[in-house]
Order: sequence, then structure tokens, then C-alpha cells
Amino acid sequence: MTTTTTPTDLTAAEASLSQGRLPRWSTPATVAAVVVLGALAILVLDAPVPLVVGLGVLALLVALPALAWVVEGRRRANDRMWTVLVTIAFALALLPLLSLMITVTQNGLARFDWEFLTTDMRGVLGEGGGALHAIVGTLIITGLATVISVPVGIMTAVYLVEYGRGRLARAITLLVDVMTGIPSIVAGLFAFALFSIFFGPSVRFGIGGAVALSVLMIPVVVRSVEEMLKLVPNELREASYALGVSQWRTIVRVVLPTAAAGIATGVTLAIARVIGETAPLLIITGSTNILNTDPVDGRMSSLPIFTYYSYTIPGVPPEFGVERAWAAALTLFLIVMLLNLVARVLSRIFGSPTSR
Amino acid sequence: MAKRIDVKDLDIYYGSFRAVEGVTMSIEPRSITALIGPSGCGKSTFLRSLNRMHEVIPGARVSGSVILDGQDLYGAGVDPVSVRRHVGMVFQRPNPFPTMSIYENVVAGMRLNGRGTRKAAMDEVVEGALQGANLWNEVKDRLDRPGSSLSGGQQQRLCIARAIAVKPDVLLMDEPCSALDPISTLAIEDLMDQLKKDYTIVIVTHNMQQAARVSDRTGFFNIAGTGQPGKLIEMDETSTMFSTPSNQATEDYISGRFG
Ligand SMILES: Nc1ncnc2c1ncn2[C@@H]1O[C@H](COP(=O)(O)OP(=O)(O)OP(=O)(O)O)[C@@H](O)[C@H]1O
Ligand SMILES: [Mg+2]
Repeated sequence: MTTTTTPTDLTAAEASLSQGRLPRWSTPATVAAVVVLGALAILVLDAPVPLVVGLGVLALLVALPALAWVVEGRRRANDRMWTVLVTIAFALALLPLLSLMITVTQNGLARFDWEFLTTDMRGVLGEGGGALHAIVGTLIITGLATVISVPVGIMTAVYLVEYGRGRLARAITLLVDVMTGIPSIVAGLFAFALFSIFFGPSVRFGIGGAVALSVLMIPVVVRSVEEMLKLVPNELREASYALGVSQWRTIVRVVLPTAAAGIATGVTLAIARVIGETAPLLIITGSTNILNTDPVDGRMSSLPIFTYYSYTIPGVPPEFGVERAWAAALTLFLIVMLLNLVARVLSRIFGSPTSR
Repeated sequence: MAKRIDVKDLDIYYGSFRAVEGVTMSIEPRSITALIGPSGCGKSTFLRSLNRMHEVIPGARVSGSVILDGQDLYGAGVDPVSVRRHVGMVFQRPNPFPTMSIYENVVAGMRLNGRGTRKAAMDEVVEGALQGANLWNEVKDRLDRPGSSLSGGQQQRLCIARAIAVKPDVLLMDEPCSALDPISTLAIEDLMDQLKKDYTIVIVTHNMQQAARVSDRTGFFNIAGTGQPGKLIEMDETSTMFSTPSNQATEDYISGRFG
């Protein structure tokens, strides 16, 4: 069954399989040319920087596809144009992050020292002092929030994916969606309202903060675990059932381990999401200058709140407070980075049977 | 080991859709029964109803009876989980557990059921099952490697080893060779021939030669049209089915005139 078609309506260029190719160096060369021209414009003509950058990007957007169009044809020109656009979008997204990292590191390093990490603010008025109480507070509050949220979240997700049918499952899904959208201050007010029923309106303690953070964290955990469980192929569940394994054991011994890497990542990202929360803690944990390691007794500081107060009420002279604020921000930043690293390591560990 | 199965007036439904209607057949112990028929006629559905695997799908149900050596699988108070311990299954696509090593895959049936025993006893089970599945020589030096590091044919034999490690009475196989090359297919066919000494084997296949080569009895399923339920048209000794079938549709299908 071979039919031969005569390519009458194809142009010569289209009919041939090979086309002109731009040399590999053409793209870097074009970019370099645009950069050099821009630098000249700024240095020699004293042109405003934003204008030059904008014009340069526009020039690339036109020049690269145009060049490709002439030499390589339409499809590759299209390809170039989208490559340039995607690269620009990527740079736009990355710039704020880079700038944030640099600013926080620059300003934070001044006071990011041993004293900062090992002392609290008891009796400190001007220079010195540290954020030990805030670091410990953040770790305790977030740790407790994790201990509450992860089991609840994983079990909810297991119910929704493995068991949930009909009304109840739909209602829970809806509630989780609604919870995702709760403003964090409302979570704080909820925890405050809840605990002031029992302990009166002056209640302030760490566990309350953990509850408030859990309200924010549970939906994130549910959602990410749900996605991960859905990714586990049904064939594995069936393989397990076919061996005479009950559904519950299949979930615990086959489905969850298979999804473990993703679940670990999802949980870590959920932690990272709440560890910087300020508003709810402001209401329910309050703030203090001294180390408090008891989450059920009294006010507890945390890094975001320490940062906030150090910056807004820096004391006299103000520079010491501001420096501490930046150092606390840097600490928080490093903790989140560390969490992300941990997530990666965890997903490596859970990933394959040989690495155990 | 090796029990006989008697199916009586079995209807199988997905929700309100009747996928299979009125199947009555007996499956002999220590023999291989092949099920053939055009796509969508309900072979997999029927096979899965033999160990209550189709119940995993929401809305699926049956009426009729499947009797395993005198015990109705669908009788009151029968636990589908324990049914599946007696009637094992091998699927079309190899599906080793990705988080487990080859060794762990073979003993998965025991471990997952919380019946893991002493290491020495497990070692014995692993070697026995892998030898039974004709895989031992290929993997004995790398039992701790992931199951997914094997080739497709090896993975399928690993799945067979996993299924026979729990010592079922019946082994169901849904197109076990359709993802495999001719050599692996032959290896699995040889394996089935050995296994039938101890097991009752039911295999679904699209490959007429395979059915003719390995099976003792063959059942032909057919469907009148889309939306219609599949039916068992004819069942007989394989040699009779392939030489002198009594039904015109069977003859047409076997000789490749349709389907
Ligand atoms: N999960 C399901 N839900 C609803 N209907 C289904 C489901 N699985 C199968 N069916 C229907 O049941 C009928 C029989 O399907 P089945 O998978 O048993 O066919 P088959 O004979 O195994 O086909 P093939 O040879 O292609 O594997 C088909 O009409 C199919 O659409
Ligand atoms: Mg099928």
C-alpha cells in the first residue's frame, strides 16, 4: 500500500529536508552585541538605564527571530521568539528573588553572629542581644503545627483519594478549598477566640499559635498529599489486592511508601509556607523578650514577630534594632532554605529501594 | 492446591451496564484454560470476577455463583481479601512494586499481610518462587536491586513469582505476554506448562497460537454489538475448538475472518 504523492504545491525550500542553519554562536553574539550597544548608550550618551534595558530586550525580541526567519525559515523563527519570551519571563520572575536574597544577606550578616544565635533580649536596650528566644519559639510553634497538621492532612487526603465517595467527600473537598483561602489573620482570630473561651481574653501561648498555623497548613498538606496519592498508579493497588492484601494494608504499605517522596516534599513546602506567618502569631502567641520553651505557658516570641518589632520599635539608637531585624530575617530565610534541602534529601531517600 | 472452579449463570455489571451475561463454565484443576474473544467482550471482566478483583471498581457487581471446590466465592460472609489469597492474579502490564527490591517484591504477599517470617524461611520462599518463575538464575546476584531495574519480560516473571509465592490455588493471567517479546513469551509459556502441575491456570489471550499451544481447554467469548453484554459462546477441549468448533462464530474468529 504505497502511494506516491508528487510535491507539486511545495516550494523548493519546503520540499528540501535540509535548510539553512544559523551557526551556534549567532545567539550569544547577538546578545553580546545588544549588551555592548546598551552599555555604550549608558556610558557615552548617558541614556537612562531602564529605557536602555527595555529597548535592548525589545531589540533581542525582534533581532533573533528576524535573523532566524531569514536564514532558517518560519518555524525556527517562531521557536526563537518564544525562547526569548520565556527567557525574559524567567528573568523577570527570578530578579526579585535574587534581589531579595542579596538584600537580606547584605543587611543581615552584620549581626548574624554567635551572640545573636545564642542569647535572648533579656535586659538588652541598645547594642547586642539576640534572637534565641525567637528562633526557639518559631521552631516550637512550627514543629507543633506540623505535628498537628501532617497526620490530619495525610489522613484526610487518604480518605479523599482511597475511600471518599459521594456527598461527604465532596463536602470535605469544598471545605479544604475554602480553608486554603482563609486569610492568616482570621486563623489567628479563630485560635484566639477558641482558647479565650477556656482561658479568658488575656490568653497568650505557643500552642495557640500552633493551632492557628495548623488551620493554614492542613489544607496545603491535604492538597499536596492528595495529588501525590493520585499519582500512584492503580496497577500497584491492584497488584497488592491480588495478593490478598487488605485495602488498609495496601494503603499503608504500598500506596504511602510509593508516594513518600512527594509527600515529604509537600509537607516541607507546607512548613515553609507557614513558618513566616506573622499576623496569627501576633494575636495568639504575643511577643516576649525572654526565652520561653513551654508552649502551654505564656507568651512566646517567633522570628517573624521579632523581626517586626525589632524593625518598627527599634529603640534608641535605632540602628541596633534594625540590624537585629535583618539578622532575624536572614535566619528565617536560612531555615526555609534548609527545609527545602531536607525535602530534597528526603525524596532521594524515599525514592528507590537501593538507597536504603 | 489446584482447585476446580464452577461458574453458574454469572452476570457481571458495571453500574447499570451489563458487561457479561449468563456465563456457565467449569474450570478443571491442574490444567490451563484459555479465554479468547474480540476486544471488549468481557474476558478481563470475567477473569477479574473469579477473584473478586472487579469489586475494586466502584459500582461493579455480579449475580450468579462462582464455586471454588464447593465454596461459593460470592456467598454471604465471604471476605474478598481471603478469596484473593486463594486465587492469585497476573496482570497484562508487569507491575512490580517500585519501592521494593526484587527480594521484597517476591515476599510482598507475606510481608504486606504482616506474615513475614524468619529470614531463612523467607530466603527459601524467594528462591523457590523465583525458580518456579524461571527467573532465579537471572537475578540471584542482585536480589536487592529494585524490581523496576529488570526488563519487561523479567518484570512479568517477577510478578508471576510474586503471585505464586503466596501459594494460591488458582492463578489468573490477563494477557500476561502481550507486552513481551517472543522469547520472553516462550519462557512464560514454558513456565505455565510447569505450573499447571500444581495450579489451576486461567489465561486470557489475544494470541490464537498461544491458546492452541498452552491450553487444555478454550472458551470463546463474543459480543453481539456495542452496548450488548458479552457471552460465553462455546467451550471445549482446545484441540476440538481449533479443529472442529461447533459454532460458526467461533470458527470465524479462530480462522481470523473477523474480530
Ligand atoms: N471500569 C469499567 N467501568 C465501566 N465499564 C467497563 C469497565 N471496564 C470495562 N468495562 C466495559 O466492560 C466491557 C468488557 O470489558 P473488558 O475489559 O472485560 O473487555 P476485554 O474482553 O478484556 O477486552 P480486551 O480484549 O480489549 O482486553 C466493555 O464494554 C468495557 O467498556
Ligand atoms: Mg482485557
